[in-house]
Amino acid sequence: MLGKSPWKMAVGATAIALLAAGCGSGDSEESTATSNTVSIGIAEPQHLIPTNTTESNGAEVLASLFYPLVDFNEQNEPVEVAAESITPDKTNTTWTVKLKPGFTFHNGEPVIAQNYVDAWNYGAYGPNGQGGSYFFSSIAGYADLQSKDPDGEEGPQKAPDPKAKKLTGLKAVDDSTIEIKLAAPFASFKSVLGYTVFYPLPKAAFSADGVLAEGFEDAIIGNGPFKMKGTWQHDAQIQVEKVADFKGQVPKIDGITWKIYQEDSAQYADLVAGNLDVQTQIPIESLASASADLGDRFQKSPNSTFQFVGFPTFQKEFSDVRVRQAISMAINRQEITDQVFLGSQTPATSFVSPVVAGYRENTCGDNCKYDPAKAKELYTAAKGPAELKITYNADGPHKAWVDATCNQIKAALGVNCTGVGEPKFADLLTKVEKKEPVGLIRLGWIMDYPLMENYLGPLYSTEGSSNYYGYSNADFDRLVEEGRSAATPEEAIAKWQQAEDILAKEMPVIPLRNAQNVFGYSENVTNVSVDLFQKVNLYEIERTS
Amino acid sequence: MFRYIVRRLLQMVLTFFGATFVVFALVFANQDDPLQALAGERPITESQRLALTERYHLDEGFFTQYGYYMKGLLTGDFGESLTQRKIADLLADAWPTTARLALLALVIAAVIAISAGVFSALRRGGVFDNVTLVATLIILAMPIVVIAPLAQLVFGIQLGWFPPTSGADPSLWALFLPALVLASSVLATQLRVTRTSVAENLRSDYVRTARAKGLSYRRVVSVHVLRNSLIPVITLIGVDLGQLMAGAIVTEGVFNIPGVGFNLVRAIRTEDGPLVVGFVSVLVIVFLVVNLLVDLLYAALDPRIRYE
Repeated sequence: MLGKSPWKMAVGATAIALLAAGCGSGDSEESTATSNTVSIGIAEPQHLIPTNTTESNGAEVLASLFYPLVDFNEQNEPVEVAAESITPDKTNTTWTVKLKPGFTFHNGEPVIAQNYVDAWNYGAYGPNGQGGSYFFSSIAGYADLQSKDPDGEEGPQKAPDPKAKKLTGLKAVDDSTIEIKLAAPFASFKSVLGYTVFYPLPKAAFSADGVLAEGFEDAIIGNGPFKMKGTWQHDAQIQVEKVADFKGQVPKIDGITWKIYQEDSAQYADLVAGNLDVQTQIPIESLASASADLGDRFQKSPNSTFQFVGFPTFQKEFSDVRVRQAISMAINRQEITDQVFLGSQTPATSFVSPVVAGYRENTCGDNCKYDPAKAKELYTAAKGPAELKITYNADGPHKAWVDATCNQIKAALGVNCTGVGEPKFADLLTKVEKKEPVGLIRLGWIMDYPLMENYLGPLYSTEGSSNYYGYSNADFDRLVEEGRSAATPEEAIAKWQQAEDILAKEMPVIPLRNAQNVFGYSENVTNVSVDLFQKVNLYEIERTS
Repeated sequence: MFRYIVRRLLQMVLTFFGATFVVFALVFANQDDPLQALAGERPITESQRLALTERYHLDEGFFTQYGYYMKGLLTGDFGESLTQRKIADLLADAWPTTARLALLALVIAAVIAISAGVFSALRRGGVFDNVTLVATLIILAMPIVVIAPLAQLVFGIQLGWFPPTSGADPSLWALFLPALVLASSVLATQLRVTRTSVAENLRSDYVRTARAKGLSYRRVVSVHVLRNSLIPVITLIGVDLGQLMAGAIVTEGVFNIPGVGFNLVRAIRTEDGPLVVGFVSVLVIVFLVVNLLVDLLYAALDPRIRYE
């Protein structure tokens, strides 16, 4: 019986345990020491289909696999890359994109206009549920591709199929010409085309018309300087290698390993130990030691992140503009960026990020200047509320600065201020939708394309997708719209600046900070730069040895 | 014996369904807006919301959703995560890694705990006994959120003895440091229990009898005393195995090991019901099987215990 030989059993059990622990341990040291490749840290992308990729991890990987129609120069103006020319008609409504000849997908298919049209139609079609579908909303016919649930989400009826499957505004005139008809004139549409969702997909991506092939996402085929080496190893890594005879700009490295990390701190540990070449965002808790750990390989560059708090319009106590001004003046932005963020963010005094054309410094004026005496005076005169709350999502790194901000408000205005953490951003939104008194709402915005309009439209216009606080001003909406349909980008900027001036008067939100990329790299690489979209410049980066 | 095992297996089936039901209900109660949780701070268009709601039956009631899930589970289909990956694939990727980590940690903990426990019980009040007492107290007092980053900083980065992170599909060597960290969380209790148990048994009658029979002290300790003393330790180890598998959340995060702990965190963060339930279901099975094995091991260690 079992009882006769307990020791044999114990030894056997240990042996099995050790064997199990040992087996399957593949050689993780697939050394890349000799080859000319670099490793860059990311988090697991949610998706790699371009039209479904709206977060930065996926976008970074796609930037190596695809070659965009336009890219942005130092002044953040769009320049043609895979496109030969992009020209509007006189009214800025119909845009003609001419493709450069000679480009192929990684599977050998030539890149033709139809590839773009197919990919975009797929992305815009509502039932495909693509995260980036709203980018196509400016193209004619978008509304017909969406369906609406006739009796709301809770109702028993299913939504009918949309009226159409293809955008009427998209046409492949010939193999190298795409004609895009917009629903309304938009002078700066060229900038929009630089976003990830406007990449083409090869014929091989589709198993039928408008249906993506099974497994395509794990072994995606692009038109860029690098191609997939093997498949997407979920939660582990994505390896890409150089395409031979690439027609566009040729990178200086032979391949990239996108190493996937769950935690920024683990990524940082690998960077310091030399097991990772580039980290694009060093976690805030490591900033204090980063200079000592990395020396001049610890660097900063601007990005588009704009941090602010909004006043919910459904709370009457904030309806007096003097209350909003007073709270803004009570905040010492410089102190918070220095003390809490250790200089990794800079104070914001305008309603758009400094990285877009048309940005002016300090449009917020005195309202964003730290002036506790004046703040107190205004607040008392306006009979502001005695209790203030700032609600934030506790799964982000917000507690420290929200509490610091609250303490500043307390000291300046003599009112009670508390930071309230909601578990997730979604919980915060739910409360806002139910019009619960959440107080000030912490918010942030990362641009999709470098235009003022990409801040003004979504954040402050009445129908804006991220205008959670319900700000609405007809004059403002009109000016933003006029800017979109202006004849030239310069005229557009003039209109948008007028719109921004309205914000400065009304203070629907308090601008707080502009974030920066704080990145670091190992001794193995050089010429590392991180752009406004938090992407490493893959064409410049080099290995040192 | 056979009847006992069958009875236990039948109980396990009931426990399994009960547990998955409770977990599913808890996740459902916690579920607020999983689509927004997935998108983070980005807005979701109405048509995207519509399409995904339909795909994951998010607008259905609790029992309908549970019905869909159970139907899939019984046909061997764990369903799809909200990022459209097969949950079966996620399980297959994560479980072997975590199992290796947990087993390695368990072996490290058991070897250290039992040898040090026996030694300090034999020399009660000696230097070694006191040093281990203080050491275990310190380890017990330090939560894993402190130990894990500290070990990574000291041994991984500053001294460079171990790789600072393990990554997916790590070698045994890369897993050693996280396993050591994990082991520290269960080591102290196992050591103290071994020591107490051995010390108690050393005083019992059968030890005196055995000595009187003329057996060597070494044989008495290593065969008679140890075998009897291991019963409570084995129970503890069994419970610890489950804890090590489930409790690797912090360690897996710090050492970048894409195992069960990480997937659970991700699933909870994104309110991904089927993903949580998938992982917890397997966890429940592990707990049940380990408990059964532990009970059977009792019989092996103590012939007086019989199962009918």
